[in-house]
Amino acid sequence: MTRSDLLSVADLGREGIVEVLHLADSFAEVSERPMPKVPALRGRTVATVFFESSTRTRLSFEAAAKRLSADTMTFTPATSSITKGESMRDTVETLDAMGVDAMVVRHASAGAPAQVARWVRASVVNAGDGQHEHPTQALLDCFTLREAIAAREGRAPADDLAGLRIAVVGDVRHSRVARSGVLAYRALGARVVLVAPPTLLPPDTSGWGVETAVDLDEVLGSVDVVYLLRLQAERIRECLLPSLHEYAARFGLTRDRARRLAPEVLVMHPGPMVRGLEIDAEVASSARSLVTRQVHNGVAVRMAVLFRLLAGGRAGVAGAPGEGHGAPGAGAGAGDVAEAGR
Amino acid sequence: MAERERTSARPGGRVLVPRALVMDPDDVRRALVRIAHEVLERNHGSGDLVVVGLQSGGVPLAQRLVALLKEIDGADVPLGSLDVAFYRDDIALRPVRSGEVTSIPVDLTGRVVVLVDDVLFTGRTVRAALDALADHGRARAVQLAVMVDRGHRELPIRPDFVGKNLPTRRDETVDVGAGGVAIGDLVEPDHASGPAGDAPAPGGRRG
Repeated sequence: MTRSDLLSVADLGREGIVEVLHLADSFAEVSERPMPKVPALRGRTVATVFFESSTRTRLSFEAAAKRLSADTMTFTPATSSITKGESMRDTVETLDAMGVDAMVVRHASAGAPAQVARWVRASVVNAGDGQHEHPTQALLDCFTLREAIAAREGRAPADDLAGLRIAVVGDVRHSRVARSGVLAYRALGARVVLVAPPTLLPPDTSGWGVETAVDLDEVLGSVDVVYLLRLQAERIRECLLPSLHEYAARFGLTRDRARRLAPEVLVMHPGPMVRGLEIDAEVASSARSLVTRQVHNGVAVRMAVLFRLLAGGRAGVAGAPGEGHGAPGAGAGAGDVAEAGR
Repeated sequence: MAERERTSARPGGRVLVPRALVMDPDDVRRALVRIAHEVLERNHGSGDLVVVGLQSGGVPLAQRLVALLKEIDGADVPLGSLDVAFYRDDIALRPVRSGEVTSIPVDLTGRVVVLVDDVLFTGRTVRAALDALADHGRARAVQLAVMVDRGHRELPIRPDFVGKNLPTRRDETVDVGAGGVAIGDLVEPDHASGPAGDAPAPGGRRG
């Protein structure tokens, strides 16, 4: 684990996840204000470097950076020198040389953000890498779940998801959302059951600490949360599924299935949704659906992630002024200097 | 945290060893009663007042001040809390800690805000608080009430209401808690354990 990057949910561990959730509570309050902006990262620059298309994740990170008063830069391959044959390494090193403090990286290949982190000085946030991980999605899902449960029970949000049983339904095998999600839910004490046709389950889940099932109807009676994954049409071409219609009938959250769910069961989806395939259009907009809360909370959670990476200063930057500095006015006092110098 | 030192173990692992109790709980109570009267006198009653406690040391004092204002004047003065972590000018110098709650129950535009903190030291927390308050509306006036003014200001900031003026050395620590106001020093609990350059402790929440 590197202290200044977020490449995997495993980098955080339980303590790190809880820290992000607490920070996100504060930033959620900021987001509710008439002036939803704080000067916390003034003078820092956050670049979104998306080698793969995205709308919500990129916009969410940009909104988060702006609400922290950071400057933002956007890199998109279509309008860049990538089209002239520039390599990924040259691209990110160019950005780094401009003095970017954090790079939010999405790439179609697993491990690309980790590779970028080895090349650059900036902090790297994985915004989705191939079929590997999508850590901020998992964090905002945990935040949304704990918020929904706290609201239902009329208490302050808890620091864990203990006692919850979460069904993750769909193309688990190719899903970075599922990989990050399972790590986060398990770290917070929830139980997870993966539900998918055998062709879309990972070949080996023995290390995941989860149950698996191939019949959605069998599972629905005993879960608290139904998390539906996006299904990509290319799974049909790859002959992993006979037809989209059959998938919807067996693994979609149809109106019929939703009607049989207990009233308190919550429904989530990372987006973009294909209404009528993974989830019925009406169910997606029903009271039990947290889909819009997920998008809403994404900004506060990404503020927490960026703040946590950038506010404490990079190793060697934060430490330096603290140790033995005597300039009046640079620190706030003896206690301060001692803390900052740790 | 510069102005508010905790007796509990701090993120640096150091603990406060109190040397002297400078105000006992009765002294603190009497000072608060006097401050409540001064606030009402200065503002000709409690009409437009909003009391805002700074996280975390100012919050319990703000609660007590609001209760006293009710006792003396009979009016319910709105109570808020403010966390200034995102407004500090030394963010890069301190470890990241989990946020405290900010809750401002009313629009501050046109109101008189009484900011409450336990210890006034460099003034940097108050500077950050003034910035934070501005995001919640344009107050007609902001007044500052502190239990202890220990000096060593680094900014042109002065309190309007003071419990006690306490001359201190810069490296001393002042603690305001349920047991009163103590002055002492931060020391390593065990000099043998761990170098000072350790990774930050997980964001312990104060309070």
